[in-house]
Amino acid sequence: MSAQEIVLQTKNVGKYFYDPEKFRVLNNISIQANKGEFLTLIGKSGSGKSTLLYLLSTMDTDYDGEIFIDDIKVTGMHQNQLAALRNEKIGFVFQFHYLLPEFSCLKNVMIPALRLGNYTRKEIEERAYKKLEMLGLKDQALKPASKLSGGQQQRVAIARALINDPKIIMGDEPTGNLDSKNTQIVFDIFKQLTREFGQTIVAVTHDNDFAEHSDRTIVMQDGVIIDQNFKVS
Amino acid sequence: MKPKHKHNISSEISISYIVTKKKLTMIAALGVTLGIAIFVFMNSMMKGFDRTSTEGIFKTVPHIRLFKDDETSKPLAQQIQKGEETVIVNPRIVPENNVLVNPNSLIALLQHQDQVTVVTPQVNTNVFYNSGKSQISGLSTGVNIAEADRMFNIRSYVVEGNMDDLKSVQNGILLVVGIAQKMNVRTGDNITITSSRNVIKVMKVVGLFRTNNSVTDKSRSYINISLAQQLLQKNSSYITDINVNVTEFDNAADYAARFSKLTGYKAEDWKAANETLMAAGKMRKIIITLISFSILLVAGFGIYNILNMTISQKINDIAILKAMGFKGGDVIRIFVQQALIIGMIGLAIGLLLATVLVNVLAHVYVGGDIGYFPIRFEPSMYARGFLFGFIITFFAGYIPARKAADVDPVSIFRK
Repeated sequence: MSAQEIVLQTKNVGKYFYDPEKFRVLNNISIQANKGEFLTLIGKSGSGKSTLLYLLSTMDTDYDGEIFIDDIKVTGMHQNQLAALRNEKIGFVFQFHYLLPEFSCLKNVMIPALRLGNYTRKEIEERAYKKLEMLGLKDQALKPASKLSGGQQQRVAIARALINDPKIIMGDEPTGNLDSKNTQIVFDIFKQLTREFGQTIVAVTHDNDFAEHSDRTIVMQDGVIIDQNFKVS
Repeated sequence: MKPKHKHNISSEISISYIVTKKKLTMIAALGVTLGIAIFVFMNSMMKGFDRTSTEGIFKTVPHIRLFKDDETSKPLAQQIQKGEETVIVNPRIVPENNVLVNPNSLIALLQHQDQVTVVTPQVNTNVFYNSGKSQISGLSTGVNIAEADRMFNIRSYVVEGNMDDLKSVQNGILLVVGIAQKMNVRTGDNITITSSRNVIKVMKVVGLFRTNNSVTDKSRSYINISLAQQLLQKNSSYITDINVNVTEFDNAADYAARFSKLTGYKAEDWKAANETLMAAGKMRKIIITLISFSILLVAGFGIYNILNMTISQKINDIAILKAMGFKGGDVIRIFVQQALIIGMIGLAIGLLLATVLVNVLAHVYVGGDIGYFPIRFEPSMYARGFLFGFIITFFAGYIPARKAADVDPVSIFRK
């Protein structure tokens, strides 16, 4: 790839946990992620990889050091500014789908775009249909989210993460609850997003197989990075 | 950057929460319905009571009464310094007439004050109504009947005869029904009255009236003011009271203070003249306000409950919405809106129910001085009920909503 464009960067990020006692959970984390990169974070539980992801997500603001997203320094920004930034630039996929069960799949996908308000409702609906189609769920669009299978729900959640064409998609064990077939589907989608749309993926995972096929894997242990460019052998 | 299109996704979410909890929503709304209905109903009732009570008072009491108060004698010398000789004083009421000096100019002066509607002189005299050997003591009020009618609306209490005849019949008397029955007289008959100065006059009954106040109905009569002066053996400038009505009777005390300063005589407002009634009214007001507010508050707790429940059930939704870029204010809007929708349903039905209650009670006959239950449709109470209902609903939503806005999404996702 030619000239790398950095979309996510941390400088000497560290964090304490205070409960049950003061504890340095992250120390001196400096990483960066490029445009179109499929980045995975692995490490044993307690290594601080999820904690780091939530710092990157801007939802956890209690840290030292600096974080830049799309060349914007997010450290020190107000909660409402961060919310607006997440709305526009970051998509989230969690282990659990977190769909609103009362709403149809289509409506669930539309919510972030309705919040952002860059398009008319009709346009948003069309875009949501397109995202669902890309994930092979077009015929499920009008069903209530609670009526779908786990794999389908997770794909709806991905479609929702994509609706505002975010720069970065963050995943916390995005395949953690899926069988191997659905894991493969999700993996392929992520790959496609990075290759075709130049979106950046940062995902925490336990799944070595999943990490192996990503572009780059960062390994963490006891709150520090032990390998920035790990290859599962 | 401002969004190009405003989509009200918050209200869609709050409506979906209401739709999925129809039963609980209806119960919470029912709480508001009852609360608001009883609030409006009780306050309308109180207003009705107050109105009946003031109407009863204004049958015989003017808004402001100007009279010469008894004066106590003042010592000629002030108390001397300690150690020096002491002057012993024994203050007494100054033996003076309770007469207003130059009443006509006083009347003219008062008539030119702002917001004064009626000014009329009055002379009260204790009399005996005689019939054969039997005598009944009572109070005869000498008035200018046209002015007095404008003040006390005497015409509406006349049950027999014609009030206006008092203008043409110099020795006419408008007699209260209770006396007329005891004396066995009717309109057109004559009745003899004796004053405290032992002046005896034969009066012609021009009409009978009834105030429904048992004390008044056993003693009172209206006569021409000149006749009252004759009964007291006084000349035509003898006036004991000047009655004044103003446009805003609730502010009578202010006017009274002003008139007192203006004329140098004591001006007493109707509230001061009826302190016991006023105190009773005040207690009634405190109790009813307290009860009706408590009921409304309880309705607010119903909404507060359902919202707390929704929030704890939907904590995952809140977390993901916040992750996806909903601001604290957006989250608050979702739940405040939910509270307001429940509240508005309750308010609408509650105000209807209050109307029904008021209508039903207004047709209940309670008898006595009152007749039908003194309640009627009070728009101001509806406005007040709506306002307080709205405020309580808002806070019943806002307090839990603020908690929801403070949810830390990370703590939910990491569970």
